[in-house]
Amino acid sequence: MSSTDTPTDDSQTEDAAAPIDNARNDLVARLTAHLGDGLIESHVTPGDDLWVRVARDSWVEAAEFSRTDLGFAYFSFLSGIDWMPSPFGRDMDAQVDLQLEADETDEAGTDKDDANDTVESGVAGGDTRFQVFARVNDVVNGLGITFKVDVPTSDLSVASWVGIYPGADWHERECWEMFGITFTDHPGLRHLYLPGEFEGNPLRKDYPLLARRMKPWPGIVDVEQMPEQEPDGDMPAADSAEAGDNNEAGDNSGGDA
Amino acid sequence: MTAISDREKLSYIAAQAADARINLELETEGMTLNLGPQHPATHGTLRIIARLDGEQVISADPVMGYMHRGYEKLTEVRTYPQVTALVNRIDWVGSFANEVPFILAAEKLMDVEAPPRAQWIRTVLFELSRVANISLFLGDMALQLGATTPAFFAFRDREHVLNQIEAVTGGRFHPNFDRIGGLKDDLPAGWITETKRAMRKMRQFCNEMEQLVLGNEIFAARSRGIGIIPADIGLSYGLSGANIRASGVDWDTRRDNPCGLVHGELDWKVWTHPDGDSFARFWVRLQEVRESTKMIDQMLDGLPSGPIMAKVPRIIKVPAGEAYVETENPLGVMGYYVISKGELVPYRVKIRSASFSNISIAPWLLKGVYVPDIITILASLYFILGDIDR
Repeated sequence: MSSTDTPTDDSQTEDAAAPIDNARNDLVARLTAHLGDGLIESHVTPGDDLWVRVARDSWVEAAEFSRTDLGFAYFSFLSGIDWMPSPFGRDMDAQVDLQLEADETDEAGTDKDDANDTVESGVAGGDTRFQVFARVNDVVNGLGITFKVDVPTSDLSVASWVGIYPGADWHERECWEMFGITFTDHPGLRHLYLPGEFEGNPLRKDYPLLARRMKPWPGIVDVEQMPEQEPDGDMPAADSAEAGDNNEAGDNSGGDA
Repeated sequence: MTAISDREKLSYIAAQAADARINLELETEGMTLNLGPQHPATHGTLRIIARLDGEQVISADPVMGYMHRGYEKLTEVRTYPQVTALVNRIDWVGSFANEVPFILAAEKLMDVEAPPRAQWIRTVLFELSRVANISLFLGDMALQLGATTPAFFAFRDREHVLNQIEAVTGGRFHPNFDRIGGLKDDLPAGWITETKRAMRKMRQFCNEMEQLVLGNEIFAARSRGIGIIPADIGLSYGLSGANIRASGVDWDTRRDNPCGLVHGELDWKVWTHPDGDSFARFWVRLQEVRESTKMIDQMLDGLPSGPIMAKVPRIIKVPAGEAYVETENPLGVMGYYVISKGELVPYRVKIRSASFSNISIAPWLLKGVYVPDIITILASLYFILGDIDR
C-alpha cells in the first residue's frame, strides 16, 4: 500500500459511508495540536487501528506526550523496517513457487517485476529506506498507536525511548544489531542476541540468508509424489498440486479462481 | 559445665573478629554469580549474570541469544501457510496459540473471515493450549521453591490436555493446525465428551494445587512480598498477561479486543490480584486455568455447525498492506505486525512475543533482592526461552 492511496487525516474528514472513529480521530487531533509540524502523516482505520508518522526530532516528544497526557502507559514493541526490496530478488524462491507466481501474474495481468524495483513504503508513508516503528497501548480504553519515524540512510540514528518507556531498552538493542540503527542516549547499546564479534545487520534486506543459498527450498507444495502417482511429464506446478491434495492446501475447496 | 579460661575467652573473641572481618571483606569485594545458561529455573538457555553484595543482588543482567533462530528473517522467505510451522516453535508449551495471531493478521489483510465453527474450534484449541501451558507453570513454580509433588501432578494432568490436542491436530506440541480462512480439519468423533472429561480433571488438578501449594506455609513465605511490580512500571516495561493482572491492571485482550476469537460471546471473568508479588502471579494463573476450563466447556456446548474453511484461493497471496493483531496468549500478549507487498511471502513480520517484554523487567526487579529470591522471581514471571529468543 503506497502512501498516496491511503486516506490521511490531515483534513479530519472521512467518507460519509465509512464509519467515523471519534476516539482515534480525537487522538490524532491532540497529537497534531501538541506536535505541530512534527506530525507528518496519520492514518486511521475506523474501529481498528491508528498509525502516526512523526518527524525524527519529535520522536521522543511523541512518546512523552502519549505516555503522560494521552494515557498510553503500555509499551508494546519497537522495531525497524527496511523498505529497500531485496537485491537478491526472488532468486531464493523455489522454482515451483516462481512458476506458480508467473501463472497468477499472467491471469491478473499485472507486472510484479516493476513493483519490485522501487522502494514502496507502507501505511502512513515514508521517504527513507529505513523506518523505526513502535507501538504503545492505552490499556484502559483498549486503543493502540503505531508510531513511525523515517531514518535517513546518511545518519542512521534516532533518539532513544528508554527514558520514557524503560521497556524499550531491549527492543532498541535488538533493532540496533538487526538493522544498524543507532539510538542516541541509550544507556547501553550492545548486542542482545548476536555474539559480540558478529558482522552485519541480519534483518536488512541486503543481508543474504545463507542457509537458503546453501540448500534450495523445495517450494510451496509438497513436491514428493504420492506412492501411487507417477510423474507424467506435466508442468511442475500441476504435478505438485496433485501431490499436495492430501496436504494443507488441498483442503481449500475454493480453487484458484 | 566447665569454667572458661581467659585464654579460651581470648581465642573466642579472636575467632569472632576474624569471622567479622571475612564478612566485611566479602561485602566490600562483591561477587559475580553466573546462573545458567542451563539452569532449571530458566526453561531453556537463559543466562543471568548477577553481581552480589553478600547475599544481595546489586545488578542482574540477563544474557540471551543462545536459542535465537531468526524467525523474523526466516518468515521473509516462507509463504504465508508455511509460517505457522515456524511460529509454532516460539512458545513451545502452548504452540497453537502462537499460530492464531499470525493467521488472524493474514486474514485481516486478505479480508477473509473464518466460518463460525472454525472460529469456535480455534478458540477451544487456543484455550486448551493455555491450560496445557499454565498447568505446567503451576507445577514448575512449586518445584522451583522446593516442592516436587506438584511438578509430577502437573506433568501427569497436562497429559489429558495434550491428548485432546493430539486427537484433533495429530501433534502434541506442534499442531500446525490453523489455516488462513479456517482450520485444517474438523473435530474427531467423541472428542467433545472426552474433552469435557479432561476439563473436569483439570479443575480437579486446580483444586489439588490450591490445597498443595497455596496453603503451604513455605510457599507463601518464599513468594509473598517477593518481586513486587507496581502497575505503572510493569506497563512501561510492556508486561502483559497474568504478570500485569497480578499487579491489579484489569486488562485482558480476550475481553477488551476480541478480534477473530469468540471470547466475547462467553461468560467468564478476568482475574486480577492487587499485590503484584510472586504469590499473586501464581494465584492469578491458577484462576485463569480454571476459568479457561469453564470457557472450553461453554464453547463445546455451544459449538455451531457449518463448514470449517472459508473460500480462499489455493495459492495464497496476501494483498499489500500492514496489520497488527495481538491475542492474549498463555504467556501474555503476543502480536504479529505483518507487512505485505502482495506476494506469496510476507515482506516483514515483527513478532511481538510476550516473554521478551516480560523478562525485560528482570534487571529492574532483581536489583536488591536476595539470591534465593532470584529463583522465585524468575519462576513467577514465567517465560519460555523460545518466546524470548524467537
